[in-house]
Amino acid sequence: MLKKRIIPCLDIANGRTVKGVNFLDIRDAGDPIELAKRYVEEGADELVFLDITATLEKRKTLVELVTQIASAINIPFTVGGGINSLEDAKAVILAGADKVSINSAAIKNPQLITDISNYFGNQCVVLAMDVKNTNGNWKVFSHGGKIPTDLDAVEWALEAERRGAGEILLTSMNNDGTKNGFAIEITNTISEVVNIPVIASGGAGTMAHFKEVFQKTKAGAALAASIFHFGEIPIPQLKTYLQTQKIPVRCL
Amino acid sequence: MIAILKYNAGNTTSVKNAVERLGYPCVVSDDPEIIKSAEKVIFPGVGEASTAMAYIKEHQLDTLILSLKQPVLGICLGLQLLCKHSKENDTTCIGIFDAKVKRFPNNLIVPHMGWNVLEVKDSPLLKGISAADDVYFVHSYYAEVSQDTKAICNYGIDFSAAMQKNNFYATQFHPEKSAGVGERILKNFLEI
Repeated sequence: MLKKRIIPCLDIANGRTVKGVNFLDIRDAGDPIELAKRYVEEGADELVFLDITATLEKRKTLVELVTQIASAINIPFTVGGGINSLEDAKAVILAGADKVSINSAAIKNPQLITDISNYFGNQCVVLAMDVKNTNGNWKVFSHGGKIPTDLDAVEWALEAERRGAGEILLTSMNNDGTKNGFAIEITNTISEVVNIPVIASGGAGTMAHFKEVFQKTKAGAALAASIFHFGEIPIPQLKTYLQTQKIPVRCL
Repeated sequence: MIAILKYNAGNTTSVKNAVERLGYPCVVSDDPEIIKSAEKVIFPGVGEASTAMAYIKEHQLDTLILSLKQPVLGICLGLQLLCKHSKENDTTCIGIFDAKVKRFPNNLIVPHMGWNVLEVKDSPLLKGISAADDVYFVHSYYAEVSQDTKAICNYGIDFSAAMQKNNFYATQFHPEKSAGVGERILKNFLEI
């Protein structure tokens, strides 16, 4: 049976992880390679690296980092945050990333989804969308959630699928950072209407939240950052818990 | 020397990294002399079948692959291209394995993406792998179960997760992305 995936997300700036981590036995908490290896050992099913560097030299630093990550770990990983063109995607994928995640760049130029998909196949294209419920409508926001758009969340998900996205990374801004659980309703709606895997993101605070999102929606994966980085929920413990709750997960 | 076949549908970086992590020198090449003289050949593949096969035929890599006597390992699209025919844009493939490649039905979420288990038949490639071990898949097309099938995976339907005929081995999953289990499978291949 296909397992539900647990995916830690690491924020990167200038080749370093930026959010705090408190693994006691990690010497350099800012070293993404060391942290990535630690997650692999713990049984993470995939990793997402989100580059938030804001300099012109961005691509070069990112490609160097991707090269290092690819030689250090043996599970799939996605790189996002710096992919604005097919050329960016090529640089990162040829350096060893399995998938690229695109967000604002796809909103600005939806053809980018098709271009990357045609070049590498749809399994390489993750469409990341930040959505927010205002007055009962789920709308898409761009630029890391700063700028509202007219896009309806469900329609955008369907368009992304039609244009060649192979997976959707769905982050609810209403839930992100709250630790009150994933956005069940919108995750359920989108995972029901599209025919590609959906990664639920935003709001994980307890192990029961993971169980809930997998029981109540068709999401194939759940992503979180701080609860893993700060060791609040160790991945092996989460996997064991989900297994006892009859959620199919990969246990080492 | 391990040779990884270079062509237009091979994302070879991860495979090369994985082989090197196991301590084997390897080269990515499309030079027939290098491929022929390699101890083992890996035929990876990510992408679309008809585009890949057109390139392979144009560069006579199909003849080269068919002529190989050393152990060959096809991975993902590599497995599918070693079959007879793929429904992906109605493509005639290399034809080592007597199997057809079809698309997963529309009632399933496609691609089949993530970790899944194997029902293993006897094969040196899968030595030490049990029904409890997960490997990483990402694909929209699958090879039907045939006499060359050495491991079955189920995703709505049973399909060939691993195949073998003579010196040709293949996996639909990505051993290079399947953590410790994948490493064991690659090591098995490198030690054949």
